[in-house]
Amino acid sequence: MDLKLFVDMFAELFEETEKSKFKPSTKFRDIDEWSSFIGLSVIAMVDEKFNVKMTGGDIRESITIEDLFNIVLKKQ
Amino acid sequence: MYNPFTLKEKTIFISGASSGIGKATAIECSKMGAKLCITGRNNERLNNTFSQLEGNNHLQIVADLQTDEGINSVVETLPLLDGIVHSAGIIKTVPFQFSGKEIINDVMGINFYSPAILSQLLLKKKKLKKAASIVFISSVSGVSCSSLGNSVYSASKGAINGLVKGMALDLAPKMIRVNTVNPGMIDTSLFAEGILTQEQLKDDVKHYPLKRYGKPKEVAFMVIFLLSDASSWVTGSTFLIDGGYTLL
Repeated sequence: MDLKLFVDMFAELFEETEKSKFKPSTKFRDIDEWSSFIGLSVIAMVDEKFNVKMTGGDIRESITIEDLFNIVLKKQ
Repeated sequence: MYNPFTLKEKTIFISGASSGIGKATAIECSKMGAKLCITGRNNERLNNTFSQLEGNNHLQIVADLQTDEGINSVVETLPLLDGIVHSAGIIKTVPFQFSGKEIINDVMGINFYSPAILSQLLLKKKKLKKAASIVFISSVSGVSCSSLGNSVYSASKGAINGLVKGMALDLAPKMIRVNTVNPGMIDTSLFAEGILTQEQLKDDVKHYPLKRYGKPKEVAFMVIFLLSDASSWVTGSTFLIDGGYTLL
């Protein structure tokens, strides 16, 4: 699984934020549009695309998009 | 002592009695003199509820109501009933755009299909006495409002509310009454478990004019009213119990 692909999939969950704002090192909570609802979408997207069960705790412990990617890698 | 809400001499079946509202309802009904038949999926937790029931001659049946075998085993085992409380239910908090077939089937399955089929089979097998009372634990969700990620849960509860109106009409000739109790957020509820953080719960409770979530016991008291003869003229009704949440 590709980090760039993951970042693109993450970006698709947002409606109002420019794609250029999303990088592996992006601290996702700093994005204005971020909300716990988008957090739910991340969990659902990861389950659907990678068959990995992420939890609310995993999201809370992560800071960057790459942190989320690493959790998905670990759980695969 | 005069008590219009007594459940003495009544045999009541409660699903989802291993935890939450179902558990509290079973225990409170036993204190009101009812003979209970309780069911749940988890042997240990169901037994825990069973051990807290007052009085004797209660029955417990471990069964998974998501399966036909589970439903059939419950229907075959149950005695003649004065009341049913459909309290078994699940929630899956997933944004609608990700709520595919599996989630819709699972949530509608246990929350709508199972209690509907169970009720229909119990009637077919003549396990309900005349003037019996059927209570469905519904929700504010799907009826008065919804919440992020809970569209399918809302659908299942909205379906229950629709079903109950029709059931109440069809069963009125038998004097069987059918009603719903629609709680807001309850302490130790499905919603709260793991989905919301402590901080989010603290923020959410501010939306309740009575400044707190409900207790399972408080929902149980409403159910007791509906199971008792005190509600003999109540059918097809929806009972909101939400601490004022839907006023805002």
